Amino acid sequence: MNTATASRYTAEYQTLAPTLPGQTLPWLKQLRCRALEKFSAHGFPSPREEEWRYTNVSAIEKKLFSPSLSLTTPPVDKVWLKGCQLEDAWSVVLVNGRFSAELSVLDGLPEAVSLMSMADALTASPAIAPLVEKYLGQAVNYSEHGFIAFNTAWFTDGLLLHVPAGQVLAKPVQLLHVVTQAETMATTRTIIIVGEMAEAKVIETFAGVDNSYLTAAVTEVFIDQNADLTLYKMQSESEKAYHFGGTYVKQGKDARFTHHNFALGGLLARSDILTDMDQASECELNGLYLGVKRQHIDSHTRINHLKPHAISREIYKGVLDDRARGVFQGRVIVAEDAQKTDSQMNNRNLLLSDNAEADTKPQLEIYADDVKCGHGVTVGQLDESSVFYLQSRCIDEETARNMLTFAFANEMVDKIRIKSLHDKVLEQVLLRFPQEGIEKSWL
Amino acid sequence: MLSIKNLHVSIADKPILKGINLQINAGEIHAIMGPNGSGKSTLAHVLSGKSGYTVTEGSVTYNTKNLLAMEAEIRAREGVFLAFQYPVEIPGVSNIYLLKAALNSIRKYQGQPEVDAMDFLTLVKEKVRLLDMDEKFLYRAVNEGFSGGEKKRNEILQMAILEPKLCIMDETDSGLDIDALKVVAQGVNSLRSPERSFIMVTHYQRLLDYIKPDFVHVLANGQIVKSGGADLALELEEKGYGWLEEQAAA
Ligand SMILES: Nc1ncnc2c1ncn2[C@@H]1O[C@H](COP(=O)(O)OP(=O)(O)OP(=O)(O)O)[C@@H](O)[C@H]1O
Ligand SMILES: [Mg+2]
Repeated sequence: MNTATASRYTAEYQTLAPTLPGQTLPWLKQLRCRALEKFSAHGFPSPREEEWRYTNVSAIEKKLFSPSLSLTTPPVDKVWLKGCQLEDAWSVVLVNGRFSAELSVLDGLPEAVSLMSMADALTASPAIAPLVEKYLGQAVNYSEHGFIAFNTAWFTDGLLLHVPAGQVLAKPVQLLHVVTQAETMATTRTIIIVGEMAEAKVIETFAGVDNSYLTAAVTEVFIDQNADLTLYKMQSESEKAYHFGGTYVKQGKDARFTHHNFALGGLLARSDILTDMDQASECELNGLYLGVKRQHIDSHTRINHLKPHAISREIYKGVLDDRARGVFQGRVIVAEDAQKTDSQMNNRNLLLSDNAEADTKPQLEIYADDVKCGHGVTVGQLDESSVFYLQSRCIDEETARNMLTFAFANEMVDKIRIKSLHDKVLEQVLLRFPQEGIEKSWL
Repeated sequence: MLSIKNLHVSIADKPILKGINLQINAGEIHAIMGPNGSGKSTLAHVLSGKSGYTVTEGSVTYNTKNLLAMEAEIRAREGVFLAFQYPVEIPGVSNIYLLKAALNSIRKYQGQPEVDAMDFLTLVKEKVRLLDMDEKFLYRAVNEGFSGGEKKRNEILQMAILEPKLCIMDETDSGLDIDALKVVAQGVNSLRSPERSFIMVTHYQRLLDYIKPDFVHVLANGQIVKSGGADLALELEEKGYGWLEEQAAA
């Protein structure tokens, strides 16, 4: 706990509060105040908290980030942005934590679907604002930890996506967060609601130009009965940036949730993926974290099996080079009522240097007796018999090692079902590896 | 082509091969048989350059060159091919990628340009047909989730495409059903030529029914205890190895 930092933010809050969206809504104003109080009292999470044991955020506490006050979009390098934006998707772009209408592409969106910035959602139509009131804070409470409190108090914008019952989205929706300004805090709040039997694919992309800044993004997701959501997170923040991104999900009966978490950027990056599963729901959590230089990348997942017959599958892979550190904390909790739960959790780490480190902590907490749960963890180097196999097929040792490293990561990239996203992720993954001998054109 | 002289090999200070002598000329097929643990795979691995083995004595000459001084990939590019007893699964690398990488490594080594993409595909598809495989295998990760028999067939597919000079096949027949055995044998026979030699490690006569060896050697306790013609295999099938091991011990 560093309350000195917290009070610096609190002191600024009063001046900046009028620029935050939804100030005229009493319920939100109150919620923000309570969150601010909580943050003022406790600050950012401390390593003494069990779920933050391996991730010390004191580097964030030492800085003072400021929200962007400008409501007009600052200049953004178009070529660079094009590298992040998906062409075959509806995309909502947030620059420095604020919606940019001019950069967003929403043409052809079906009438029935609501897709807009959080600021617009809070002020716009009388139909939408109550939806926000109903859902905001329902998948995660600000008291969960310091970053949620911080986000709740400070969020400058975000996205609202509501896919009504029965609607199948023809194209993916991209929520593109970019930060162009140094020492900015991009605090955004997003709500995704997928109605009964509806289907959607959503991509959250985080990127920034080469600066130090803080992203503190919270996404709340509600998947109704028998609905299906695939959510991709592509985190390729600047290598000087700090990133906290939390995804909190409530799955209804028979609801399907697939998450792909690509944690590639940031100096210090933490992601939370938490889901509450209702009866016979299914979730699949896939993750890939790549750390180079002095990156610290933490992935924290929690799967709550609350009701019977739900299935969860989780695989997280990490590749760590140089002095990078990867953290995986995965919890699966099976409630007393959740009989016939079927759950598998796997975490595999590849260490490419003697100074790289992986901390992995899978936890199963099972309170039901008729369940099938398993977990496995590995931390190691490349398999030498695979290296030899490739050498025996004429490939030199260095290329063999590069191929195997790439292949280890590529298994996760290959799970991406959106071609344009697949290619962008692949490009980013390749950037972070020794590529000597890998023929990209053959992949 | 290959001349093994008094080869002694240890793994972690434990002697495994204890003075192997073997002369293989171009165009010949040599079968190596012998009890479990006698050192057959060790010999195959040492020839193809796997690390973890210490050669304590002896020499191996391959086409006038000192084979033991070459890196594994150089041996492979020089034409030594090992079809593994236990092919390794490589998730994330597709079969077709590996084939292309391997073939181009050889071509680069020989100073030739990269293989033309269309020619490559034609070649690969022809060999896939020869081995009666589904083209889908090309796009799957190397050996991942393949059945035992499919893995062995995949080894021979690689061999057929890379056209090595010395083919070392370590129990390629184990795990193959009768039909698959015929197909694989056909594939091997189609590769036979006066310039190409084979070392086939096997426990069974049934492979040798389809691919007739010129010589049969029995490896027991790290030494070749008996050599003979194709008939020796039949005799072994009948009598087992006991009598040879006793002779050698005496
Ligand atoms: N890495 C190792 N460490 C210690 N001993 C080993 C190692 N690899 C092989 N050996 C031993 O070397 C001996 C020869 O093994 P090898 O695999 O060459 O036998 P093989 O003749 O191929 O047997 P099989 O017919 O069962 O395939 C065995 O006793 C084996 O246990
Ligand atoms: Mg063997």
